[in-house]
Amino acid sequence: MSRPAPFPFSAIVGQDEMKLALLIAAVDPTVGGVLVFGDRGTGKSTAVRALAALLPPMRAVAGCPYGCEPDKPAALCEACRGAGRLKSVQVPVPVVDLPLGATEDRVVGALDLERALAQGVKAFEPGLLARAHRGFLYIDEVNLLEDHLVDLLLDVAASGENVVEREGLSVRHPARFVLVGSGNPEEGELRPQLLDRFGLSLEVRTPTELALRVEVVRRRDAYERDPEAFTARWKSEEAKVRRRIIAARERLAVVTVPDRTLERAAELCMRLGTDGLRGELTLMRAARAVAALDGDSTVADVHLQRVAASALRHRLRRDPLDDTGSTTRVERVVTEMFAE
Amino acid sequence: MNATGDAGSRVWADAALAATLCAIDPAGLGGIVLRARAGPVRDRWVGHLRGHLPASMPIRTVPLHIGDSRLLGGLDLTATLRAGRPVAEQGLLAEVHGGIALLAMAERVSGATAARITSALDRGEIQVERDGLALRIPARFGVIALDEGAEPDERPPAALLDRLAFHVDLEGVPLGDATASATTVSAVENARSRLPRIVAGDDVLQSLTATAMALGIASLRAVHLALRASRALAALAQRDAVEAEDAAIAGRLVFAARATQLPSAPSPDAAEAQDTVEDSRTEAEQDGDPFDRPLDDMVLEAIKAALPAALLAQLVGSDGVASRGRSGGKAGASHRSKLRGRPVGTRAGEPRGGARLSVVETLRSAAPWQPLRRRESGRTQSIARIDVRPEDFRVKRYEERSQSTTIFVVDASGSSALHRLAEAKGAVELLLAESYVRRDQVALIAFRGERAEVLLPPTRSLVRAKRSLAGLPGGGGTPLASGIDAALALADGLRRKGETPSIVVLTDGKANVARDGKPGREQATADAAAAARRLRVAAIPAIVLDTSPRPQPQAEQLARDMGARYVPLPHADANAVTRAVRAAAPDPG
Repeated sequence: MSRPAPFPFSAIVGQDEMKLALLIAAVDPTVGGVLVFGDRGTGKSTAVRALAALLPPMRAVAGCPYGCEPDKPAALCEACRGAGRLKSVQVPVPVVDLPLGATEDRVVGALDLERALAQGVKAFEPGLLARAHRGFLYIDEVNLLEDHLVDLLLDVAASGENVVEREGLSVRHPARFVLVGSGNPEEGELRPQLLDRFGLSLEVRTPTELALRVEVVRRRDAYERDPEAFTARWKSEEAKVRRRIIAARERLAVVTVPDRTLERAAELCMRLGTDGLRGELTLMRAARAVAALDGDSTVADVHLQRVAASALRHRLRRDPLDDTGSTTRVERVVTEMFAE
Repeated sequence: MNATGDAGSRVWADAALAATLCAIDPAGLGGIVLRARAGPVRDRWVGHLRGHLPASMPIRTVPLHIGDSRLLGGLDLTATLRAGRPVAEQGLLAEVHGGIALLAMAERVSGATAARITSALDRGEIQVERDGLALRIPARFGVIALDEGAEPDERPPAALLDRLAFHVDLEGVPLGDATASATTVSAVENARSRLPRIVAGDDVLQSLTATAMALGIASLRAVHLALRASRALAALAQRDAVEAEDAAIAGRLVFAARATQLPSAPSPDAAEAQDTVEDSRTEAEQDGDPFDRPLDDMVLEAIKAALPAALLAQLVGSDGVASRGRSGGKAGASHRSKLRGRPVGTRAGEPRGGARLSVVETLRSAAPWQPLRRRESGRTQSIARIDVRPEDFRVKRYEERSQSTTIFVVDASGSSALHRLAEAKGAVELLLAESYVRRDQVALIAFRGERAEVLLPPTRSLVRAKRSLAGLPGGGGTPLASGIDAALALADGLRRKGETPSIVVLTDGKANVARDGKPGREQATADAAAAARRLRVAAIPAIVLDTSPRPQPQAEQLARDMGARYVPLPHADANAVTRAVRAAAPDPG
C-alpha cells in the first residue's frame, strides 16, 4: 500500500529555528541529535518526517542489514568485515520511527521467532536500532517513552554500538544515528541524562501573526486535499534545499574555525554557566554547519549567534521556578556579549 | 457549564449536530469529547450517533486500562501455537479502521494511552514494533471520548482534546430536551459521498483563522477541524461549497469550548492574556506585601544553603517505601507488582498467582530447543506444533509507580508572617523546585485568620504554584488545627486514589485559633495536637519546618505529635543575605 508523500519540508511556514536545526543535523550528524519541544499542533513531527524525504541518498553495502558504509573499514559490522570485496548500492537515508508501545525485542533486535519456530535456526533479527544506523531515529512524545527503553537508547547513543545478549544470542553491531525527539512539555519532563544526549534543543510555538496562521492552515489544507499535487508544486523548492545540504556537506571539511571564534564560544558558555565541554563542542559544530549551509568559509560571530540558543538552552543550570525561560537567558547573554 | 430551561434544548441540538457531523467524517474530525455522566441522556446521544452510522462502520469500546497488546496488536498465542509460526493479532485501533472508537472513562485515560491514540489519529495508521512483529496497519478512525469527570480538573489528556473537533457538555441537559433528530441516515450517507467534492473558499479559511485567534485559541488544529466541520455541514445541506452560515456554525461548535478569551479583548495570545490578568491580580495583592520581589529573591538565595539537601527525598525515604540513593529523582512509592504498571522485563516462572505469561518470551525461550525436543520425542512429522515445556515459561514483571504529591501547609498568620513569611515562601519555592525535579505534584494549603484554605489543588504546574504562593497575604490568627485537618483531608483523598501524599508544614507552632474558629491559645494548642496525632495515625510522612526566629518547643512538640521530622529553619541573618546578594550579582564587565 502506498502512503502519500510527506508534507514538503520547504512548505513549512516559519519555524526557522527548527528547520535550521534539522538541516544542521543532516549536514553534520556529529552535532548529536535534535530535541523539539513545543505547543500542540505546531508541526513538530511534520518537520521530522519531511526531512526524511529531503535527504540525499547514501551508499551502503548491498544486503547488509545495518547499511554499513563501504568506504569506512573501521566502522563495518562483523559480517561486512569478513566479506572481502563489498558491493555497494544507493539507499535512502533511514529515518526510523520508534513508536510508543514498542517492545524491547523490536528496539534492540532479538531471536528471529519465525525462523526459530519453523526451522529451528538461531538467527538474529535486527531491530529498530539497526535500521536507524547512519540515519535518524525519531521518537515522537519522547517524554512518554518508557524508562527501560530510554536506558537502552542512552547506552547505545553513547557507545555507537548495540550489544545484544539474549536468548543465547550474542550480537554486536554498529548503531550510530541522530536521535530526534519531539514532545510537549506539559506531558512531563525529560530525564536530564536523555536531555543531555541531544545536541540541539528547540522550542517551537504556534505563530501568533494572523497572516502566518492563515498560511499554515491554507497549505495544510491544500496538502490534505491533494497530497500529490501539493508536493509536486513544491518539488523545485525541495530540490533546492537538498542541493544546499549536499553543498554544505562538501564544504564542511574546509570551513575553518578561527581562534577568536573559539574563544567567543568558550566565553559564551562560561557566562551562561553551562556544565561541561559538550555545550562548547556542540556550539562549535553547529556553527560550523551553519557556515557551511550559508556557503561561508570561516565561522564567525553571526553563525554562533544563530545556533547559541539551540545548542545551549538545555544545558543551563535548571531553575524551574524562574519564569524567564532558558531561551530568554541565552538570548540576553548573547545580546550582551555580541554588542560589546 | 450547566444548561437550564431553553438552553438545554439548544445544547442538545448542538450535541446532536456534532454527532451527525462526526458520522459523516469521523476520521477527518477526530471525534467528540462528551462530558456527561453515564445516564439516559448520554445513552440517547450515543444511540443517536450509532443510528447515523452505516452498519458496515465498526464501532468499538476501548476499555480504560487497555494494554498495549490489545490496543496496538501483538502476537496471537493460540494461532501462533497452532500454526507453529508467529501469527499477528490485530489491535483494537486497527479494528476500528474506518469507524469509531468509544473511549470509556476518558477523564482517567493515562497520558501514555492517549499518546498512542493521538499518534494513530495524526498518521492514519498504527506502527507496530512489538513481539517480534514490525507492521504498519491503516487505522483511520474517530474517537468518542466519554468524559465522566466531576471536577473541573478531571479532564481527558489535553493532547487528545486538541485533536477532537467537538467538545460537548451534556451535564444538566434534561432528558426531556434530548429529542430525536430530524436528520435521516440517508442524508448522512448522502453527505458522506458528497464530502470530497466540497470546496471552501479562502475567505472561509481566513475568517475561521481570525476567529480562532480572537478567541485566544493557540492550536492551529482547531482551525483545521473547524474547516472540516464546515465542509461536513455544507455536505449535509447538500451544497457544493462552504457558505458563511456553515463556517459560523462550525466555528460555534469547534471554538466555543476552546475559547480562552472574549473577542472583545483582542490579544494575540490567549495564554498571555490570561497570564496578564493573573499577574495584575497578584501584583495588586503584592502591593500590601512588605516584601517586594527582589527581596524575595535575596531571601531565597540566603536560605538556599540553610535547607538540608534533598529534604523531600528524605521525607519519602522516612516512610521506608522508596530507597533514597538509587531512585533519587524518581517519583512515587514504587513497588514490583505482578499485574499493573510499566513492564520492566520478564523472568522465568510459572504464570501462577496472577502473574501474566509473556507469550513471546516463552516462545523465544522454547524455540531453540524445538529440533532437539522433536528428536527426543520422535515426532519428526508433526512439525506444526511447538513443544513448550514448563521451564520455558516466562512471566511479565511490572513496576507500579504511584504519583507522589507533596502538600505544603503554610502558616500565613500574623506571628509567622511579620518576620518569616517571605522566608517560608522562599523555603517552599526551593522545595517546589525539588518536587519538580522529582516529577511530583504539589498542593498548597495556607492557614491564617480563622481557617485554612486550599490555595492550589494538586498540580504539576510549578508556575501556578509559585504564583499562588506569591499572592499569599499574611496576617491574622494561627488556626493550626484547621491547617493540619485540611492537609489530612487532602492527603486522605489522594491516598484513596492510589497516590502517595506527603506533608510539609511550615509554622512556628504557636496556635491561637481553635478548630471552630474561636481565638484562645489553650484550646487551639489542644486542637492542633489532636489534629497532629490524627495525622500520625494516618501514617502520612510529614516534615515540620520551624519558621520561628529561634527554634521553638511548640513546633518541635507538634512534630513529635505528628510523627514528623523536625527541621528548624535557621535565621537568615543580614550577613548571609548580603553574602548571597553579592554572590548572585553579575560580574562587572
